[in-house]
Amino acid sequence: MNNFSWYNAKSIEDALTQVNSTASNEIYRQTEKAAILKAGGTDLLDLMKEGLLQPKTIVNIRELPGLDKIEFSNNDGLRVGANSTLAEIAAHEDIRKHYIAFAQAAGDAATPQLRNMATIGGNIAQRTRCWYFRSYDHPCFRKGGDRCFAKNGENENHAILNNGSCVSVHASSVSTALMAYDARVVIVNSKNETKEIPIADFFVAPGEDPLRETILEADEIITHIRLAKPASGTKAAYIKQGARESHDWSIADVAVVLEMNGKTCKRAAIALGAASPVPLRSMRAEGALAGNQITHEIALEAATLAMERARPLAKNGYKVPLFINLIQEAILNAS
Amino acid sequence: MDTRKEKFPYGIPDHNLTEIEREIPADEPPAWPVNDQLQEVGKRRIRVDARAKVTGEAKYTSDIRLPGMLYAKILTAKVPHASIRNINTQEAEKLPGVHAVHILRNEDNSYPDVKYVGQPVAAVAADSLDIARQATRMIQVDYLEKPFVIDVEQAMKPEAPLVFDAPIARQADGGDVGVVHDGSKGQGNLRGPSTSSFFGGPRGDLEAGFSQADVIVEQTYRTQVQTHVPLETHGVVIDWKPEGMTVYASTQSTKDVRDELADYFDLPKSRVRVICEFMGGGFGAKHSTSPYGPVAAILSQKTGRPVWLMLERKEEHLMAGNRPNSIHYLKIGAKKDGMLTAIQQRSHGTAGVALGAGVGRVAQILYECPNFATEQYDVLTFAGPGAAWRAPGNVQGAFGVEQAIDELAEKLNLNPLAYRDKIDQSEVRKVLRQRGAKQFDWSRWKPAGSSTGTIRKGLGVAQSTWPRFVDLDSTVEVKIYRDGAVEVRSGVQDIGTGTKTIMAQIVAEEFGLKTADVIVRIGDTIFPDAPGSGGSKVTGSITPPTRNAAYKAKMELFKQIAQQWQTDATKLVASNGMILHKDDASKKVSLKEALQRMRTGQITASASRSDDYGGFAQPWGLAHGHLGSVQFAEVTVNTDTGMVKVDRIVAAHSCGRPINLTQIESQINGGVIQGVSYALYEDRVMDEATGHMMNPDVDRYQIAYSMEIPAIEPIIVEEYPALSSTDAYGIGEPANIATAAAVANAVYNAIGMRMYEIPITPARILKALNHLDQ
Ligand SMILES: Cc1cc2nc3c(=O)[nH]c(=O)nc-3n(C[C@H](O)[C@H](O)[C@H](O)COP(=O)(O)OP(=O)(O)OC[C@H]3O[C@@H](n4cnc5c(N)ncnc54)[C@H](O)[C@@H]3O)c2cc1C
Repeated sequence: MNNFSWYNAKSIEDALTQVNSTASNEIYRQTEKAAILKAGGTDLLDLMKEGLLQPKTIVNIRELPGLDKIEFSNNDGLRVGANSTLAEIAAHEDIRKHYIAFAQAAGDAATPQLRNMATIGGNIAQRTRCWYFRSYDHPCFRKGGDRCFAKNGENENHAILNNGSCVSVHASSVSTALMAYDARVVIVNSKNETKEIPIADFFVAPGEDPLRETILEADEIITHIRLAKPASGTKAAYIKQGARESHDWSIADVAVVLEMNGKTCKRAAIALGAASPVPLRSMRAEGALAGNQITHEIALEAATLAMERARPLAKNGYKVPLFINLIQEAILNAS
Repeated sequence: MDTRKEKFPYGIPDHNLTEIEREIPADEPPAWPVNDQLQEVGKRRIRVDARAKVTGEAKYTSDIRLPGMLYAKILTAKVPHASIRNINTQEAEKLPGVHAVHILRNEDNSYPDVKYVGQPVAAVAADSLDIARQATRMIQVDYLEKPFVIDVEQAMKPEAPLVFDAPIARQADGGDVGVVHDGSKGQGNLRGPSTSSFFGGPRGDLEAGFSQADVIVEQTYRTQVQTHVPLETHGVVIDWKPEGMTVYASTQSTKDVRDELADYFDLPKSRVRVICEFMGGGFGAKHSTSPYGPVAAILSQKTGRPVWLMLERKEEHLMAGNRPNSIHYLKIGAKKDGMLTAIQQRSHGTAGVALGAGVGRVAQILYECPNFATEQYDVLTFAGPGAAWRAPGNVQGAFGVEQAIDELAEKLNLNPLAYRDKIDQSEVRKVLRQRGAKQFDWSRWKPAGSSTGTIRKGLGVAQSTWPRFVDLDSTVEVKIYRDGAVEVRSGVQDIGTGTKTIMAQIVAEEFGLKTADVIVRIGDTIFPDAPGSGGSKVTGSITPPTRNAAYKAKMELFKQIAQQWQTDATKLVASNGMILHKDDASKKVSLKEALQRMRTGQITASASRSDDYGGFAQPWGLAHGHLGSVQFAEVTVNTDTGMVKVDRIVAAHSCGRPINLTQIESQINGGVIQGVSYALYEDRVMDEATGHMMNPDVDRYQIAYSMEIPAIEPIIVEEYPALSSTDAYGIGEPANIATAAAVANAVYNAIGMRMYEIPITPARILKALNHLDQ
């Protein structure tokens, strides 16, 4: 890790005047004066230890007052401050009551120690855990290189959908739940302009720009994440599967949010994590459920549809049956 | 040699315990009765250093701080195969805080060829670790890259790039391959085959054996490369002064490290002192400090300062040794009644740039079979060197053999446990099977496929064997002091197994003291030579001389007391802190007072490991008999997710006379946990295109964490072979051998599909259940 200086931001405005780059911009570069935001630091530290990031200044926003508030109201729904930790989210009463899949996804991520440090803002802005991306010695597409090492390499954890150029999967399993709830990311910039972006548009697929995973620019900060008040009759479930129970990155995770009218599903949202380079909604699967009663058969049909376009790589064919089983189970758990 | 005859307990209590007469050296102590008649030995005793460890008082190698000490960091190769054209260290040398830069060179001063990613190239010593790290990044290495091969099967092809084009001598540190035939032309990266072990060579006639067989199992079993992940990585602190070299090392053998460094630098052994007071774990790879130890020594010599060099986790994965993989072909034939007629074994494995990928002796000796032959090959690849790893070879071997035996049982329509009763001649394993089966409730076992649904349960059993190794170069000193202290000394190190504590227990037993009363000073080559902690040989090697030295010191004291009491020393006994006269209750003195009355300030007695009382099976210290182990596994397999959960392991073991039940259980727990970890999680993932390990940390290199640890129920069976004054043996390795095979058999029992390859990941289970080709 390189030497760096540390700056404790006093306010959001202050942070935005100090910061001049993002983790995506700085990967593999040694810009003289790069200053990068840090919340919990759990992702930043790993990137720096590998030498992928060598910022000159760390702008710490972890202590900013108010950025860790979690508020819920019937009118406004949920507002989760960017600095809220995964542990706080997992334990929050309102979130457990109205957004159980979100609470579960936060509680299933990482380890207890990490959940106490990891913030939701940092979580959706973290970089992929593709082990080639994370290796300094592999100059892949995502680092400005000319190939994807995983495509014909060790790809057992990699993408089975949308895996054309870069086959990495997004690291955030919490985002899978946010996708299913149609969360919105609230971002403020140095001109004090605020924008609210649907989470699906927050992520950038490698086909668009392999060097970044989010739309975040150097002068932007996530202030909070909004989730609308669920319609009545909403039920949800989340399942994360790793290769090891204690802690593991997701090899497949699924969030399902169903708007039920009695036994009939009015509307379904089905999101998949660790399936593709960005978290994904499966419109096909959702379409299969809408207007139908939820049965084993229909759940299986939806799950199978979700995998219809799967194109597994040499070593991750197992993910297809795994997703089918998890999606089916999550639908049944939710209904 | 003066000898006398002595009667010893012999056999297994509650089974076949009798007495046997042995001829023993006259100066060795009388036979101990079985454990339930002893005070300290065979009991649960808290570790003598428990407090120091849990309070952080214990100083491990990485904690050592010496005045003026520098920190070193190694620069490792980033490419798997290259010759080095040039190394430029100018910039690094100019960095403030850098004291020395060292480049590794051949004897002729050329740069060594790079043969694996992670191979040391150069090193820096600096005021701080940060500076040293920064400096290594400033060293420019100009590589001329060359073709390489990572995959074992690819490496076996004649056209594969050669790892070595000349014969090599290097057998992996403590690895296992038997005799390697190296250097013959035209065999590419293949070395071998090894066709014999110290249990002999081939037996009988395979062809004839198979022609008598009614059923045959023929299969290939595959195991992965497992890297070492001790909590404390490899490392040394070396202080090389003109008068000699002092080495603090995280090592399994103070003696081996001393000899290694003395040889390397052509120093008299007496000028190298190696100290290892506390050890943060070692599973076989820490007998040697190669390649980092000599680097630290040179940096210390260059700077005239002590140098601290601990490997970082990534370096530990890459260069510090690993368990070679195996592609293990077995063909086993049996008659209708189950009796084995022939066993054929062929294996290939890679210890990377080293040798030592044999699969042990399990197929050769676990079951009696008149016809047996083995061919074990090493395949050189461009990867980090293998090293010994908790029962080298046998773990890989048992994974295949014990599944094949299950497959045979199934073909013969026999319960796998009953089948082993039929073909296994070992008396102790018979008892282990009985007691284990009872505890486990093996009667629940049903044929594979009986469990249905998404959550399937399975039961499995596997057994193993490990020799009783003894190092005769094991010496212990016992000193008793006028101030009341009783102390035991030896060069032997305690790698966390509890060696200090068992030595204290034995001396305490001899002197009628409590274990905590005995001072233990070990892990320093200024004390007498003692065995390395490998081969599970420490307990069997060090406890007899410990007892014998204590006995000698005690008899010296008794002589002085006996003179005062005008009686014979043999009439005295030490018990409960007192010295008593056997036949005269009026004569007694506390040990403390007796020590105060000594003629001299100290009495020192020393003893070395004597030959086994019944003689050795092999003259160089391979004892008669084996360490028995039978493990039972209960697993749950989720057919939706492919997750395997090991719910429970009943581990029945024998290790001669148990000395400390708590510590033995602790070893069994550790062995089982590592076995589960090996069976389900651990895997060194190598990228074949670039030669890099893709998971060189403890996040992506998966090991069993708390949730993965099953309920472990150890069963310890006392067995008295009457071979030494303690009759005690080790347990470290045996505890690890059978687990993966037991788990694999249980998984088969659960899902009716056999896993021929570990780790048994969700990917492999789902692939099997869904009949996927990839
Ligand atoms: C061992 C391990 C296991 C893990 N397992 C999981 C898992 O199972 N599921 C999962 O989802 N995650 C997992 N994670 C990831 C973890 O949840 C993230 O690292 C964490 O949430 C990042 O938050 P942070 O506050 O530490 O971010 P930081 O490391 O501080 O920042 C991460 C990135 O976000 C940027 N950033 C931070 N806050 C803001 C903001 N408010 N506005 C704009 N940019 C910002 C930073 O500049 C940086 O680029 C794991 C991490 C580790 C180390």
